[in-house]
Amino acid sequence: MFRRRGDGLIASAMLAPAIAILSIFVVYPLGRAVWLGHLRCDATGRKCRTSGWMQYFDVLRSSDFQHALKVTFVYALLTVPAGLVIGVGLAVLADKQIRGIGFFRTIFSSTVATSVAVASLIWFVLLQPQVGLLPDMLSMFGVMKNPGLLNDAGTALPAIAITSIWANLGFTFIIVTAALQSIPAELFESAMMDGAGGWKRFTNVTIPMLSPTLLFVSVVLVTRAFQAYAEVDLLTKGGPNPERSTETVTYLIYGQTSLVKNDIGLKSTTAVLLFAILLVLSLVQFRSLERRVHYGN
Amino acid sequence: MAGVQLIKVTKNFGSVVAVDDFSLDIADKEFMVLLGPSGCGKSTVLRMIAGLEAPTSGEVFIGDHLMNGVAPKDRDVAMVFQSYALYPHKTVRANIEFPLKTRGVDSKLRAAAVADAAAVLGLADLLDRKPGQLSGGQRQRVALARALVRDPQVFCMDEPLSNLDAKLRGETRSELVALHQRLGSTFVYVTHDQVEAMTMGSRIAVIVAGVLQQVGSPTDVYDRPANIFVATFLGTPPMNIFPAQLFEAGEHSVGVRPEYVRFVDSHSGGVEATIRLVEHLGHEVHVTGVLADGTVVVARHGGEEASPRSGDMVTVSAEARHRHRFDVSGRRLA
Repeated sequence: MFRRRGDGLIASAMLAPAIAILSIFVVYPLGRAVWLGHLRCDATGRKCRTSGWMQYFDVLRSSDFQHALKVTFVYALLTVPAGLVIGVGLAVLADKQIRGIGFFRTIFSSTVATSVAVASLIWFVLLQPQVGLLPDMLSMFGVMKNPGLLNDAGTALPAIAITSIWANLGFTFIIVTAALQSIPAELFESAMMDGAGGWKRFTNVTIPMLSPTLLFVSVVLVTRAFQAYAEVDLLTKGGPNPERSTETVTYLIYGQTSLVKNDIGLKSTTAVLLFAILLVLSLVQFRSLERRVHYGN
Repeated sequence: MAGVQLIKVTKNFGSVVAVDDFSLDIADKEFMVLLGPSGCGKSTVLRMIAGLEAPTSGEVFIGDHLMNGVAPKDRDVAMVFQSYALYPHKTVRANIEFPLKTRGVDSKLRAAAVADAAAVLGLADLLDRKPGQLSGGQRQRVALARALVRDPQVFCMDEPLSNLDAKLRGETRSELVALHQRLGSTFVYVTHDQVEAMTMGSRIAVIVAGVLQQVGSPTDVYDRPANIFVATFLGTPPMNIFPAQLFEAGEHSVGVRPEYVRFVDSHSGGVEATIRLVEHLGHEVHVTGVLADGTVVVARHGGEEASPRSGDMVTVSAEARHRHRFDVSGRRLA
């Protein structure tokens, strides 16, 4: 493999820092979590004993986990497609050489610099039935009368989803804008000469040329949706209860009102299962979408 | 089929004048080459014909129809880009049929048209490949097929050979000329390569700094250049330009093509020069010398002729019938 014996040593020395960092911050914590996942702890969370690996199956079968997983899936379905469509739409609209477009690009990308906590606070105010703009508008158009979107079991999850879509918009916008600017202008001009109107240029040039970026962004957005915690904690604390209609898997692990909060074994089991589900989901995304992705010449 | 007419066309990009008061009449079925150095505005002229740029002022006609304000897709013009601009995610077949698909042509007619174009350009075996799996020459032919399949009134080509290696460029040059003869369409071809211009064009339009310098057949432009720029832009090595006093009376400039520079006996009259460089190219020799006033003179001779050596003092001359005369502003004197 190595042309000289010394090459192997040099290669090992150069890889050592990366291997050390990955081992300390990724491999060890993951292995530790998997190991902790087979412990059963008492109510104090201090006394733990091994229980074999059945705890993983117990958690999978538990109604709490299944409920949280369902909430998380619905949350991902609400946030990912809408976030992708709005982000791509805004990026395409802003990808024009017209005066003042820089202002709009700054506005559209600004949420990337906004923390989840700040975004949640902004939307907490906007969603308040007493002072919020959104409930006012819904009342004005007769959709709902003075709605408390975050307090209603049917609307709380969509309301948090709006927060998440808004918070992730800057990320999607910046990545897609950069990808748009790397598409050769001649492809669009050629399509114009070939008789393609705006929509046909979008479907025949823009989308195929953006496909690697869209795959990347969709995997990131799905991962973020499955890891949603701060917005749930700040806006609903997993409620409204007793439906626990916004209790995502991550909130089940860390949430202040979560049943598993103080059980290191249960927490680890749930976290490892979330990791496994995300891994499978990402692989499925890559497998199913990669055939439609074009990676240049 | 149709000709193309540009009448007093100007194109400004902000404060930069890319094309200035440009008028050109391209006849139906003509192979017109727009020739000039990089940044001279020749591609901008082509793009205004194609509709990809709007003139700041002036009129563009295709056939009898004024094209100002008409969208590219409605001009019945096909374009071959320098980069070919093939859709990398589509197969060769899908690339070629795309212009027909966007126009709603029936799938059977599309398949027949693709097969015809592929047969003409030798692409029949490559139809299911993607552009990334093709060589530069094959991609160039796919771009041509995509233009061809539409049977347009005018073909616009923007330096389509510049990404090919020298050998393939030579072969494709003659293929393009044969294609033009077979189709009988109007071709407008942009290049900065004088060899392409001389070998392909029915006529050449030489452009500098957005201004049309001369239009004529390749021999016209080579043998009777309208000004010093055209004289020195066409020809390898370029035409020598001397102060007239070296050879004859007057304040004008004298131009002599390197092939007509002669080394003569010092008693026969002429100008003394010191040879600085002798380049043997096999079939010909380029000899570069310097006159006493620092003017550089280049001579070109057949490879079989005896050549001076570097450092030799020689006398150079040119017969009066091979001298071109230009006034102080650089324009040709009759």
